Amino acid sequence: MQLEKFTYDNKLSKLFAFATIFWGVTGMLIGLIAALQLAFPIVNLSDFFPYAAFGRLRPVHTNAVIFAFVGNGFFTAVYYSLPRLLKTSMWSEKLGKFHFWGWQLIIVAAAITLMMGFTQAKEYAELEWPIDIAIAVVWVAFGINMLGTILNRRERHLYVAIWFYLGSWVTVAMLHIVNSMAMPVNLFKSYSMYAGVQDALVQWWYGHNAVAFFLTTPYLGLMYYFLPKAAERPVYSYRLSIVHFWSLIFLYIWAGPHHLLYTSIPEWAQSLGTVFSIMLLLPSWGGMLNGLFTLRGAWDKVRETPLLKFFVVGVTSYGMATFEGPMLSLKNVNAISHYSDWTVAHVHIGALGWNGFMTFGMLYWLIPKLYNAKIYSQRLVNTHFWIGTLGIILYAIPLYVGAFRSYFMMKSFTPEGQLEYQFMDIVSAVLPYYVMRALGGGLYLAGFGLMVYNMYKTCKSGEFVEKEEAEAAPLAPNYQAPKNSFWHSVIERKPILLLVLSLIVVSIGGMVEIIPTYLVKSNIPTIASVKPYTPLELQGRDIYIREGCYNCHSQQVRPFRYEVARYGEYSKAGESVYDHPYQWGSKRTGPDLARIGGKYPDSWHFYHMLKPSDVVEKSIMPPYPHLFTDDVNIATTRSKIHAMRKVGVPYEKGYEATANDDLIDQAKKIVKSLKSADIEISESKEIIALIAYLQRLGTDIKAETAQNK
Amino acid sequence: MKLAHYLSNIEGVSIYPIISLLIFVIFFVIVTLRVFRMSDQSVKHIERLPLDDE
Repeated sequence: MQLEKFTYDNKLSKLFAFATIFWGVTGMLIGLIAALQLAFPIVNLSDFFPYAAFGRLRPVHTNAVIFAFVGNGFFTAVYYSLPRLLKTSMWSEKLGKFHFWGWQLIIVAAAITLMMGFTQAKEYAELEWPIDIAIAVVWVAFGINMLGTILNRRERHLYVAIWFYLGSWVTVAMLHIVNSMAMPVNLFKSYSMYAGVQDALVQWWYGHNAVAFFLTTPYLGLMYYFLPKAAERPVYSYRLSIVHFWSLIFLYIWAGPHHLLYTSIPEWAQSLGTVFSIMLLLPSWGGMLNGLFTLRGAWDKVRETPLLKFFVVGVTSYGMATFEGPMLSLKNVNAISHYSDWTVAHVHIGALGWNGFMTFGMLYWLIPKLYNAKIYSQRLVNTHFWIGTLGIILYAIPLYVGAFRSYFMMKSFTPEGQLEYQFMDIVSAVLPYYVMRALGGGLYLAGFGLMVYNMYKTCKSGEFVEKEEAEAAPLAPNYQAPKNSFWHSVIERKPILLLVLSLIVVSIGGMVEIIPTYLVKSNIPTIASVKPYTPLELQGRDIYIREGCYNCHSQQVRPFRYEVARYGEYSKAGESVYDHPYQWGSKRTGPDLARIGGKYPDSWHFYHMLKPSDVVEKSIMPPYPHLFTDDVNIATTRSKIHAMRKVGVPYEKGYEATANDDLIDQAKKIVKSLKSADIEISESKEIIALIAYLQRLGTDIKAETAQNK
Repeated sequence: MKLAHYLSNIEGVSIYPIISLLIFVIFFVIVTLRVFRMSDQSVKHIERLPLDDE
């Protein structure tokens, strides 16, 4: 067969690699600032700059690291490895460019809008609907480019890395579309289609699988390509990698509910989440061992080639995080870890160890290759490795210790049966650990800085290789599979079939978990006294969402004695039926707010939002002075009520027209109650709406209890 | 009243997790069996793909 000539274009791999570095540094810097804000509240700067307080900055950090740093890292790997594994050029350079610039534009738009407070308030899916649509468009362009390349290939077999790429692509598309379903109010605001229990289940079906299919499976593809490359030997067991792929994508999709243990989601869903999470240990460790054993007989190389160390610690971190994950899914362990810094430490083992170090390993291998140069300094690579590793340890260990300390303080009762510690005592006790964590993060970032310098010098010493010539025979047109060939090799040769099969595999789990939640809707134990929010409360709720309060405060009391004693009656499913989106939260840096309504007078909230540390000594919550100067935009009330009704909240027909009258009436009442505490403020200010919302929280069920008595 | 109570009234809801477990186990066993019956020759070819691409 005649060999055909073609070229590998390195431009896009280079662009994506540089974007990975740029957004990695940016995202981690923002993370460091957020860590400092917790340790030293003054860093919030919110006295004169409302856009960068922790509640708004934390989503910028998580989105930047997940979608900008790891996202671009994944694309770097695909644009470099896919053409080479298939012996063809990337299908469309134009589509590739559209993908690159589109993605970077989305990142910039995300950072700006999140800081401005435009958010859907669902973790890792905060971006508002126009950006969600842009993401879908760019993602599809990326998929078309991948498929086009695969269909034009000169290698019949699809290497396992490609399966991971395709599986990730199709699953992320499904998750993103389903979870982002929302009813727009205007260009910058929308309400989730789902409410309460359903919203929580859909969100964590998405949220967990963002971890699975954005942070894990794409990087496993990366591992299966770059680790053998760097080690110059094939993967330990190709057979194991196939089992790894199918069992991983099959199990992962089910595990979401482990984020909601002991909350008011159905018991069976919690159990399902736990069972599948524990089963996940097997494929995860299969993959980890497959990666590590690839270096069998080559450990001397690890000593001589510092970049391999990154792969070793990266894969080991994957093993650690995927051991820890199933353990955290056990209900008794989760009782300790949920809402605590343990979860934060856990994800950072994954993000810093697995994603970070795998990216560094890939870039140290790839950039010299792209520039036809030798790494400027191997010693610096080595230093980076050690500083980075120390950074991870210093980041995680204080948080583990802090999480246990706060747990024991939370559940401690005096012999008389009273809670022994105030919430603030517990915050003060873990503060030193926050300082250490920030140090660890800073160290890790410093190591990253060394890499930037090292790679800059490397690029300068070489010259960019824009195109690489290659040749290969085309696929024979009438291919006959060898007799007795494995049926799986049919899938392996048919990319579309592979794609469809993976979609079926991942949607089974999603459907079994989510469809019953629709059945739940008609079976939900409605609580007669739970009513939709008043217009003023709704406006207040949107302020709560805008400021990102859910990043530090949960609204979900678990059925434990120490929680009920601290916060009040445990949360019921029927209480959040009108919550679009749900606001249960996932972390308690501050206390739970599910039953805050009526606990303190309006004036308490007024002074507390103005300067928290004046009301609660040593509070680390930032002040929100702009709420006292800005007016509620009541022009939006109409469309908000309308959108809420569209998603199923039973406001009366035509209520839009009179909603603002009710809003003003309620605001006047709050102003009056504040006046009795010698506070003068206009009824139009945002703080009034926020107070209305906070005072409503958890009161519906109190009203019912009172009625029953 | 617990939500689980109402869910248990959905006809046959308990079969969901059992069916899903069965689907997985059967699928897993088939893939594993088949994978280990793959010919050594094609495994050798595929696993060298990342190394022979320059």
